[in-house]
Amino acid sequence: MSTLPASSISLDTRAAVEELYARYVKCLDDGAFDQWPGFFTKDCVYKLQARENYDRGLPLALMMFESHAMLVDRVFGITTTLYHQPYYQRHIVSGLMVNRNPDGSLHAEANYAVFRTKRNALTDVFNVGRYLDEIVEVEGTLKFRQKLCIYDSELVPNSLIYPI
Amino acid sequence: MNAPEQLPAAASPVHWARGTASRVPYRVYTDEELYRRELDRFFYTGHWCYAGLEAEIPNPGDFKRTAIGEREVILVRAADGSVQVVENRCAHRGVVFCQEKHGNAKDFTCPYHQWNYDLKGNLTGLPFRRGVKVRDEAGKVQVNGGMPADFKLEENGLTKLKVAVKGGVIFASFDHDVEDLDSYLGAVRPWFERAFNGRKLTLLGYSRQRIPGNWKLMQENIKDPYHPGLLHTWFVTFGLWRNDQRAQMITDAHGRHAAMVGWKNAGGKGEVTQGVTSFKEGMTLQDERVLDVVPEAWWAHPQGEPGAPPSACMQTIFPNLIIQHNVNSISTRQIIPVGPHAFDFIWTHFGFADDTAEMTQRRLRQANLFGPSGYVSADDGEVIELSQDGFRQSADNATVCELDGTGQGGAPHNVTETLIRSMYGYYRKVMEI
Repeated sequence: MSTLPASSISLDTRAAVEELYARYVKCLDDGAFDQWPGFFTKDCVYKLQARENYDRGLPLALMMFESHAMLVDRVFGITTTLYHQPYYQRHIVSGLMVNRNPDGSLHAEANYAVFRTKRNALTDVFNVGRYLDEIVEVEGTLKFRQKLCIYDSELVPNSLIYPI
Repeated sequence: MNAPEQLPAAASPVHWARGTASRVPYRVYTDEELYRRELDRFFYTGHWCYAGLEAEIPNPGDFKRTAIGEREVILVRAADGSVQVVENRCAHRGVVFCQEKHGNAKDFTCPYHQWNYDLKGNLTGLPFRRGVKVRDEAGKVQVNGGMPADFKLEENGLTKLKVAVKGGVIFASFDHDVEDLDSYLGAVRPWFERAFNGRKLTLLGYSRQRIPGNWKLMQENIKDPYHPGLLHTWFVTFGLWRNDQRAQMITDAHGRHAAMVGWKNAGGKGEVTQGVTSFKEGMTLQDERVLDVVPEAWWAHPQGEPGAPPSACMQTIFPNLIIQHNVNSISTRQIIPVGPHAFDFIWTHFGFADDTAEMTQRRLRQANLFGPSGYVSADDGEVIELSQDGFRQSADNATVCELDGTGQGGAPHNVTETLIRSMYGYYRKVMEI
């Protein structure tokens, strides 16, 4: 029988990261977008990027934000400026892996699948991919210093408005 | 005896109200038969279609898989450095043999029976062409099978498209009699050459979306300078594109291509924002780097018109290409029709080889405005979907394209739908409807 390598993090830390993910996706699935930037540090990076670009080292992303302030601008876009057919999101996150970086921050990865339900419509598989995240503790709370959402989905079904 | 009234045949004439192209019948967006005719007449004959950028296949053997109309093609750089475009369909049994989106190959082999083609699409060989030698029970050699003696490799290659490369942009046509590309581009050629003057391009990446609307609606969207200052808050509020700016609407002699040229202004409140709900007075960005616009030397007006250079030039090259220059963001957008009710829309963002790292970052940051999530593009896909929904609801109606009259041709301002009418003037001629 093979033995698993000893995890570099405690079960408490893992539980805290699981809790962070659970709160993060609940925020998005509830449509509580005003709270979304609160999950990030001030100098954060958030990217939603096609796997094709990520794998080939091409830098283009569907959303590329380089600060907490840009996330706030995106929320204004979603709630005020971007015309779109409203929809619900439902995130399913699985296969969480957590490791500690040499600088003490956490590196976490997990698969995600997002279902979209438009008003009066059937539910679609909307966007499927993997989170590649760097997490730090800020005043006792875990926050994303970097969140990459690398999506497999080759085609966006028309538009993608809300964050993943 | 009275015969029952006949139902209109599927191929009934298309009715154009007012006898012009200012009212577009919904049927041209929904009718399967008209769609098949469009594929034949616009995508497969008489026209050049965008296939990609040279920067996507820099080295011999590099290939990219894409589509022209509903036919898959492979864009490949041959060993001699030439750009080739061949259909992704084995001559033998029709197999769409290439299943990678891009890569590097020495040749192409169909997985089914291993027919082998060189990078120019020539059939180089196939297994058992001369049959298989066996010995019978008496020990006599005989040959089983094999292709007929008159089978010629050179007559059984892949479909080869005619190719034109201009300023790093690759066009292809299934029609080898198509006119030369420069004359094809006509009056938009100076604008094409403004963006693609031979400088080396660098590939920044792709965005891909499927928009559930007819492919022509995307051509119309970028021939419609009326909507940006109304639908797009960012454009009207920050002055990137709105109806009180300096603008030139240009089309070619056929009316099929267009360039919408615009000069951004300071934005803010004005006559064109009155009652416009998308205008957000006092809106500011928390992080203004997304609109950190830096003018570039190549923006200069190609005819040398005085004053500041235009900050935007949106070109529609009929039938399948849009070239986006809006401030520091540049991309090609390729239309791949998928039946009458949907199309795939492929954005290829690029920069120039002499861009500084700061300029590359600026282009990537401004890309937040464009694409399937973009502040000013996501909603274009949304409204196109909703137009298509309306067309399906009531096939006997027609759109109204009469802003600035019913005429066709260019315009010295952007309060007009003349470019859409021009396209449908051309459309009616080619489609013979």
